[in-house]
Formats: sequence, C-alpha cells, structure tokens
Amino acid sequence: MSTATARFDDPLSPRTAHRARDQRPSLARLTRVELRKMHDTRAGFWLLLSGLLLTVAVVVIVALTGHASDHTLSNLLNNSVQALNVLLPVVGILLVTSEWSQRTALLTFTLVPQRGRVLAAKVSASVVLAVVAFVAALALSAAGTALNPSGLEGTWSVSAGVLAQTAVFTVISMLIGVALGSAILVSAPAIVASFVLPLAFSAVTHLIGGLDGVANWLDQGESLTALTDHALSANEWARVGTTLLLWLVLPLAIGAWRVLRGEIR
Amino acid sequence: MIESTGLTKRLGGRSVVSDVTFRCAPGTVTGFLGPNGAGKTTTMRMLCGLSDPDAGHAEILGASYRSLPNPGRRVGILLDAAAQHGGRRGQEALTISALTMGADPARVPELLDRVGLERRAARQRVKQYSLGMRQRLGIANALIGDPEVLILDEPANGLDPEGMRWMRGLLRDFAERGGTVLLSSHLLHEVEAVADQLLIIGNGKIVAAGTRDELLADAGTLVRAADDDTALLAALDVAGLGARAHPDGGFMVDAEPEEVGRAAQAGGVALGRLGPSESAGLEQLFFDLTSGAPDALDEPRSPDLQESLR
Repeated sequence: MSTATARFDDPLSPRTAHRARDQRPSLARLTRVELRKMHDTRAGFWLLLSGLLLTVAVVVIVALTGHASDHTLSNLLNNSVQALNVLLPVVGILLVTSEWSQRTALLTFTLVPQRGRVLAAKVSASVVLAVVAFVAALALSAAGTALNPSGLEGTWSVSAGVLAQTAVFTVISMLIGVALGSAILVSAPAIVASFVLPLAFSAVTHLIGGLDGVANWLDQGESLTALTDHALSANEWARVGTTLLLWLVLPLAIGAWRVLRGEIR
Repeated sequence: MIESTGLTKRLGGRSVVSDVTFRCAPGTVTGFLGPNGAGKTTTMRMLCGLSDPDAGHAEILGASYRSLPNPGRRVGILLDAAAQHGGRRGQEALTISALTMGADPARVPELLDRVGLERRAARQRVKQYSLGMRQRLGIANALIGDPEVLILDEPANGLDPEGMRWMRGLLRDFAERGGTVLLSSHLLHEVEAVADQLLIIGNGKIVAAGTRDELLADAGTLVRAADDDTALLAALDVAGLGARAHPDGGFMVDAEPEEVGRAAQAGGVALGRLGPSESAGLEQLFFDLTSGAPDALDEPRSPDLQESLR
C-alpha cells in the first residue's frame, strides 16, 4: 500500500464560511441518498434487477399463454403489480434493517442526528421507488398487451381510478415493508414476518367462523387487493384504512419509537 | 473545541462512565487512553449523540452534537471502522457520506488518495478490505466534510507501523491548522508521540489528565545498580526512599534522581543507570492508574515496556 502524504494543502475552511456549511440536509437530499443506498450495494442491486426481471417474466408469460380474454392491459398490469408486491416489501425492509445489520446506522445517525428525518427520508424514498416501479410495470404491461392483444373489446381499457388505486397499492405494499423492517430491525426475521404474518392472519381469521367480519376489515388479502380490482366504495376505503392501521401505522409507530429512542451500535 | 462536563452512563446498574469532565482546545491533539472496557467508546458515543448520558452533558463547537444542523461539515467522526456496508464499494461509501452532508463528491478520489487507498482498492467492496484499509476508509470518511473537529476511536487499530506514522502526521497537521483532535487508544505508545494532552481513563473515571511532561513530573526515577541490586535496595531503604522492582531490572523510586544518587553514594553502590523514568514511567503510570493495582509491575512483562526501556 502506498503511503499518501500527510500534508493537506488547503487550510481548514475559513470560519466565516459556516453559514453555507451549517445548512441542515434537506429532506429531498436525504431522500436522494436513500434512493442511492437502495441500489449501490451488491444485494440491493440484484434485488432491484430481479424485481424488474420478475415483472418482465410475468408480463411475457401472461401475454403469451392462457386465454385470449386474459390478454388485456388491466389483467397484465394486475399480474405484474402482484409480482412487485412480492419484492418491493423486501426492498423496503432491507432499506431499514441493513443499516442495523451492516451497522451503517452508526454513520447515518452521526451525519443526521435527527433520526426521525432519516426515517422520513426512507419512507419518501420508498414512495418514489414504488411509483417508479408502478410506472415500469404499466409500461411493460402495455408492451405485453401490444405484443399479443386479445382482439376483444376493452383490451386497452383501464379506468383512471383503478390505475391510481393500483399505484396506491404498490406504494402501500412497499411502505408495509419499511414499517415492518423498522419495527423488527433485523433483516431475516423481518422478511419472514412480512410473508408469514399476513398468511397466518388470513388463515386464522378464515378458520374461525366468527372472525370473518374481522378479516374484511383487517386482512391485506381482502381489503388491499380490492384496490387493483375495481373502483372502491366509501366502505371499502374505510376497510383499506383499518387494514393500514394494523399493518402500516402500528409497525411504523413501533419502528419510529425503536429508531428514535434506541442506542445506535 | 470539545467540552465534556460530568458525563455519566450507567448500564445495568453499573457505572460504565462516571463524571467524565475534560476539554479539548482547538489546535491540540488529545489522547484518550485507557484499557479495553474502561469507557472510552461509551464516552465518545455520548459526545456524538449516539447514546444519551444519564448525567452531565457534552458540547462540541459550543453546542450539543445533536443540535448541530449539519454535523458532518463541522465534526469528523470515526467510531468503528467495521461499521460499513460490506457490499458497498469503498468510493461509494464515501460518496454516500459526501452527498448526505452536502460536500462535493468530486473530492472522493482525491481523499482516497490522501489516505493511501489505491484506485483498485477504492473500487473493491468493503467486505474485501483488511482492517487497516477499513481504518483508512474510516479516516477518509471523517475528513470528507472538511471538519474542524476530529473524534477518532482507536484509529490506529490495524494500521501497520508506517500507517501509524502517517496517521500521526495527519493528526499533527490537522491540529496545526487549528483543528481539534480527540483520539482514543489502549496503547500508550500510539498516542504518546502525537498528543499534546493525555486523558487517562480507568473503570469509567478520568484518573489523570495533563501534558506528557506534567504526568511524568511525578512519575519518579529509574535506577539500576552496576552489579549489586541488593545493596542498592538496602541503600535506598536506609535513605528512606520507597523503591519498587522494575521487570527489566533496577528500581522505580518516587524521588528526584539527585536524591537517589546521593542515597547510592552513601551506601557505596555503583550505579549502571540513573535518570527520570521517561517513557517507562509513563507506561508504569498508565498501568498503575488504570489497573488500580500498584503491583502491576509483577505481572508479565509487556513488550512495549521492554522496547521503551532499550
């Protein structure tokens, strides 16, 4: 290893230049940094790439196989968003937990001691990524539809309302990952929990007859999936709200409490 | 400027840091010395707002660390060189820090060069770095915001002798340009040469603080007989001077060399060596203060001690 010269040429910055240096990093800046952290590690890069490839694969398979009635933009979009729904929560989880497992939290929180701002930046970066992923899924679905159109009426018809709801669904599924990651703070258990907990919840509420009503209001598979299907009624929106209270707001609140109060090691 | 006032941290009912008070002035290097587990890291974590003190408070540049709007541009910190994402390239790790604090990421290659990480190393994933390379990356990370204060926990850990000399030069130069440096170590010889001020911590308490010379002022005299140690010990005893055997032969005496010389003359003992204990004394002081055991000399010899006596 070569020995660098110890001598720094420039004197310490003149003390008068503090005003510019003392600028608190803006949320936009921190969001850009968090977006960069999603893909600048080996694991993050491959995770995002496999998300893209999985979506492409789903679009190609659905577009080229099955009944002609399935070869519609809305069906392709629905399927590709379900594929995103598998990987985006993992990206969200790792965005938070990797700071703990790789111990970069030590660096992150010395640079930004207001830990809530870091968490807010992670949430906003997740929203950005989810929207980008949704647009990509929409573009791929359109390409798939053009590749092998059903020829039936309504092949290209998607209501703007359902389109917007599908975007919301994508964002929600990513944010649930961020929330779970911040509540658990350890990568593997958080990823397992994100797959197992909704299934277990669904199984329990469906097995026990009396809990059917609960499922309608709290089961992700029931209330959230409707977002990608049809324009929701006010009652259904309320169900989305209650489901989010359990799966998004609660873990995010626990996570915020842990991140803000805990010792950073 | 770093000011710690009565910092105290209790973990599980035990005080790991108690009432730690000190001040580091601009233009100086402060060596924070103590054995492993003495509370150095805990103190530094409290300085940087990663851990809340149970009592006392710390200020950096006149404000608590957490209230600095953009601390990365004012204070450079290296708390643990291992705290890097293994799957990130070295230069990318620095870029992330630069972007976060609003420093120019174009400085990254130049900085990597300054800390002696070659172009090839900069493109490697941190996972593949040796401990020494991680330390250099960590030091680059601390310097990237062009700060006025440096807080470095065990920065010499894993550096080879050449790297250690390089780091001393870097810190000396940083202080000469008006910066404030606080660096910790569990090895005296790592900081002795560069520090203007030494803080010695043992069992969570500051047990000694001052310049090297101040600490040495009452470190005593090292004396060795030319051939008869027993006669020398008897002569010192007659003169009423307390003496302790030194592992490399001879005795440590809590008195001025002149006094010891007269005692030897009175006892008719020829001396092989007589003088202030210097480095050996500081090492001794360090052991005594931090172990709390006055008979630390009887423990197995430390290679550092032997080396410093030669």
